[in-house]
Amino acid sequence: MRFTKELSKGFIKDNPIFILVLGLCPTLAVTTSVMNGLGMGFAATFVLLCSNIIVSMIKKITPPKIRIPIYIVVIASFVTIVDMVMAAYLPALHKSLGLFIPLIVVNCIILGRAEAFASKNNVLMSIADAVGMGLGFTLSLVVIATFREILGAGTWLGVRVTPLAYDPMLIAILAPGAFITLGFLMALMNMLKEKK
Amino acid sequence: MGYLGELFVMAMTAIFIQNFVLARFLGLCPYLGVSKKLDSAIGMGMAVIFVMTLASAITFLINKYLLIPYDIMYLQTIAFILTIASLVQFVEMVIQKNAPALYKSLGVFLPLITTNCAVLGVAILNTTAFRSDSVTAYNFLDSVLNGLFSGVGFTVVLVAMAGLRMRMEMADLPKSMRGMPIALIIAGIMALAFYGFMGFQI
Repeated sequence: MRFTKELSKGFIKDNPIFILVLGLCPTLAVTTSVMNGLGMGFAATFVLLCSNIIVSMIKKITPPKIRIPIYIVVIASFVTIVDMVMAAYLPALHKSLGLFIPLIVVNCIILGRAEAFASKNNVLMSIADAVGMGLGFTLSLVVIATFREILGAGTWLGVRVTPLAYDPMLIAILAPGAFITLGFLMALMNMLKEKK
Repeated sequence: MGYLGELFVMAMTAIFIQNFVLARFLGLCPYLGVSKKLDSAIGMGMAVIFVMTLASAITFLINKYLLIPYDIMYLQTIAFILTIASLVQFVEMVIQKNAPALYKSLGVFLPLITTNCAVLGVAILNTTAFRSDSVTAYNFLDSVLNGLFSGVGFTVVLVAMAGLRMRMEMADLPKSMRGMPIALIIAGIMALAFYGFMGFQI
């Protein structure tokens, strides 16, 4: 019962981007296309899952005073693995995500979940938490990227969806479009919450 | 172009054209989190300038004299984040001991800086950046100054944002727009204004 609750909370109730407002840097930087959003989402989910498992396994032997450096080393190791695997097998995606792959280390979602959840709960719950939060993050990235890619390039996942007469608004995939899109989506989220 | 001209270009690029927050999307968490009050925005900005300059210097030395000679570049992420985390801790202890007044104004912001991606971002960018007129990579002085200018760029937009948001408090907004949504939309308009700098040819 609790397992499914921990798994599902990341999608709406505790959504890392729209409700907790964590990890905004990669969110805004990589959502220029749905493909990039998916890539970043899965990379972060993988790191979150692995680091949650390890942190929750070592929670009894972690000295509380130096726990943050320990968590950072665990996270950084998995980020390095993701970085190298992506460079080897998905070079195009690796190139377009660029700097933001090593920067997964400082993504507040991952350190936040290690500190707030995995260090206090058992391995099974930590897995549920990581998968839920990771997929919630991925889903939010895809939603933002959907708006930006359709408005800014007229495509979705690279396939043209708008009529040819539509002249794409370039601003949606530039930096200002990122802020404005997320601002309106968050306002929409607040409105829906109030109506309930 | 002389070295001073080169430096001017670097400063303009870091502060306005490729602003860390509005063009590169680095350091957004403090940008949106600490911009509610002007004083705390200034305090945070100063702390970031300080840490970014120091971190640029130390990570440059680590990269050049430790990672490259031993051919362990793949450890860059781990090495840099650990350096930055311990640097921040060290700076906090030194300031607390020697300058209690400064600690009072900056102290609360220092722990937050470890997870500020702008600091790790500038360290990684310094190792990959090339000077505009040649193919030589950044040397020690370039890296330190790039860290300093990027920190200044961060502070400029953070303080501007805090000023705007303080005025926003009075505005009569629809309930669902209050707080984070309107802050993001203001940030978008600011980014649009900063886009104007991109046309500059220097």
